[in-house]
Amino acid sequence: MDTSRSYLEPSSFSKKLAATIIIVYTVITLIPISWMVMTSFKNVNSAISYPPEVLFEPSLEGYVNLFTNRSRQSQEYLDSLPAPETWYEELVRSREMVITGPSKFLGRYSNSMIIGFGSTFASVFLGALAAYAFSRFRVPLKDDLLFFILSTRMFPPIAVAVPIFIMYRKLGLGDTHLGMIILYTVVNLSLAVWLLKGFMDEIPKEYEEAAMIDGYSRLQAFFKVVLPQAMTGIAATAIFCMIFSWNEYAFAVLLTQFNAQTAPPFIPTIIGEGGLDWPAIGAGTTLFLLPVMIFTIILRKHLLRGITFGAVRK
Amino acid sequence: MSKIKIVNLQKSFGDFTAVKNSNLTINDKEFFVLLGPSGCGKTTTLRMIAGLELPTSGEIYLGDEEVGMLRASERDIAFVFQLFALYPHMNVKNNLSFPLKMQGYSRSEIKTRVEEAAKLLRIDHILNSNISSLSGGDRQRVALGRALVRRPKAFLMDEPLGTLDAEFRELMCLELKKLHIDIGATTVYVTHDQLEAMSLADRIAVMDGGEILQADEPSVIYNKPATKFVASFIGSPGMNFISIDQGISNEQSTLKIEGTDFIIPKQHEISKGKKNSFGIRPENLSLTNEGGLKGSVFGVEYLGSRKIVTVKTNFGEIKVKTDISTSVKINENVQVKPSNDNIIIFDGETDKSLKSEFMN
Repeated sequence: MDTSRSYLEPSSFSKKLAATIIIVYTVITLIPISWMVMTSFKNVNSAISYPPEVLFEPSLEGYVNLFTNRSRQSQEYLDSLPAPETWYEELVRSREMVITGPSKFLGRYSNSMIIGFGSTFASVFLGALAAYAFSRFRVPLKDDLLFFILSTRMFPPIAVAVPIFIMYRKLGLGDTHLGMIILYTVVNLSLAVWLLKGFMDEIPKEYEEAAMIDGYSRLQAFFKVVLPQAMTGIAATAIFCMIFSWNEYAFAVLLTQFNAQTAPPFIPTIIGEGGLDWPAIGAGTTLFLLPVMIFTIILRKHLLRGITFGAVRK
Repeated sequence: MSKIKIVNLQKSFGDFTAVKNSNLTINDKEFFVLLGPSGCGKTTTLRMIAGLELPTSGEIYLGDEEVGMLRASERDIAFVFQLFALYPHMNVKNNLSFPLKMQGYSRSEIKTRVEEAAKLLRIDHILNSNISSLSGGDRQRVALGRALVRRPKAFLMDEPLGTLDAEFRELMCLELKKLHIDIGATTVYVTHDQLEAMSLADRIAVMDGGEILQADEPSVIYNKPATKFVASFIGSPGMNFISIDQGISNEQSTLKIEGTDFIIPKQHEISKGKKNSFGIRPENLSLTNEGGLKGSVFGVEYLGSRKIVTVKTNFGEIKVKTDISTSVKINENVQVKPSNDNIIIFDGETDKSLKSEFMN
């Protein structure tokens, strides 16, 4: 019998069990995502064929359809046109269509970017200031205020859709970037304050005091000493805020139509000839997935690295 | 460098008064130690001098300037924290230059000053290291360095050696003292460790319950404690007290305890009441066979060069510091007698020591 193992170390059986559970969970989560990515590289026919095709000839048709508007033309008209100059024109012509212009996708996508990153930045920035104040100062009615802030998360945000819709109409914030940034910031702020307060509480107040003695004002000390040490918490908070505002669908449908419409309400409306254009939708969702994925991967190292480790002896 | 003066300083947190009406003058270039048990208000006093707490009332002078209500950043003092509070996201060099950057020194000036301080503290070889890779002693040196580079009006230190292990603490104690002699900076140092206080201080203020009980040179604090608390807090073990149920009159020079006459220094003050105590340090007592207080040996502690014998008497346990050659057994009957007239009578009502020929 192996007796060299410490009592604190999990047994090899429980390690294997844990690994199995993680692998099964990962596979379950990845199936829909990989199906989506596969669909984006299929053509219209293989996307809806039955039984579903697992092996197929990859095509970029979905991506071309996602970024363009097209119209069907007669063979005579197509023959009268000069030869296609690009591969995507050729692809569209082979379907007896011509490109009539770019689709709205890029605009919707950049709306999502502006609103997603804008509201994430605002939530984290305001949340960090509020969390710092709650953590360090004697705020009157501190506990009540914190509960009040938390209570805004106790109902689904969509429950207040009607009053917000009316407010936004009256204030002229409907279908504006600013309006959506404010809305997502408000929803995310409670989470940001609570998450960051926990991290701020962990940072010994001696650091700011040292900085203030060193001649810095409290606000300077906050930016130069407290924020760098709260990076772990800020990264975690930013990821949560980003995922929420990036994925949000209901308010986006309700409040945006043209100017500030984000990608989520736009993608399902991509309709091809004779029904939904599944490859294009797959392409849209695949591209939609990328920014959050990249953002999370970039911030992941901050999540894992405890930069304050060992700096203060406890 | 400047002298520091606090006048009628008071600090309350809600109903709790942490520092009561304190007055102190800390001279220029002095190494001044605030000593007391935890919760005595020493750290609060230090933090008020630093500007990390604002006083409820009273004044603080740094040099000739009243700074009581100024922000910490406007006071030009340096503070060494118990947990060092080195910025973990910066390396040693950046930690040292952080205070200078704020003051707008040129790059070359900052570099010279940082290198100068690093050399003085012998940390020039670790300037590019991360804080987390440093040992406790090196962190301590970096924290001192960060205080040093700015050449502030005063150094304030809040138990800076508290987290170091015993061996290292002694070494750092010596280094601190040498550093103080080298740069001659006004230093206020907070500790609860009397040995540290004794070995470092030019003068010590002993605090308890938010009050400054006595501020004087270490030898005076030890030999002529102003109150019973000071007498018991300083020294290891502290002073022995024998309760006497009799008033003290002027010019009195003997005291009858359990039928034996003890010679005491000629008293110059009349006690307020009858419940007084007779205080004597363990090293001023000896064991004898007759003419002393009767008791039995309760315990013997061997300290290398000395022994501490605890004797159980009718007046409680009395500790006697004896020669190493003294051999006594547990439960052996012995008598305890003062070996000199280094005796202090404490007034039972005020807990203050009475004036005498010895306590002038």
